[in-house]
Amino acid sequence: MEGGFGSDFGGSGGGKLDPGLIMEQVKVQIAVANAQELLQRMTDKCFRKCIGKPGGSLDNSEQKCIAMCMDRYMDAWNTVSRAYNSRLQRERANM
Amino acid sequence: MRRLRKVGNWTRKMAELGEADEAELQRLVAAEQQKAQFTAQVHHFMELCWDKCVEKPGNRLDSRTENCLSSCVDRFIDTTLAITSRFAQIVQRGGQ
Repeated sequence: MEGGFGSDFGGSGGGKLDPGLIMEQVKVQIAVANAQELLQRMTDKCFRKCIGKPGGSLDNSEQKCIAMCMDRYMDAWNTVSRAYNSRLQRERANM
Repeated sequence: MRRLRKVGNWTRKMAELGEADEAELQRLVAAEQQKAQFTAQVHHFMELCWDKCVEKPGNRLDSRTENCLSSCVDRFIDTTLAITSRFAQIVQRGGQ
């Protein structure tokens, strides 16, 4: 990532690099990393909730459970996110 | 989030950036770092609170579960504050 990306960010042989374009790349990278983290943790939690004794394949109920679990995980994510944000604002208001 | 530290190194290496651009970049990067820290904390809360609050995943989160998740975040922060302050007292008393 560190070698030769000057040209990717609007620089042209001695021209200035554009912070805006750099930040676009940074934000994309962060979003990708976050999605990977989310999927890994979601998989872990939903495996624990939905798969009991591992069989020869995922049966119908297990597949349904996984689908619901994913949705609930993201709902829970949003709830936690909101709660944390509220708490941060409350703490800032008290400072 | 290791990539964010690399971004800090980039800003130093990029002599092609004007001074004003470099300062703005550092500001923007700092803002993204703050957002990333928030997200990392949410992941951590989920790690703890999902197990405590969610039983079998259903068609929606019921209000008991939602309240549990909210409370979980607040109580974890309260725990952090309690431990921090009591630990400071212990250290001050000269205990190990």
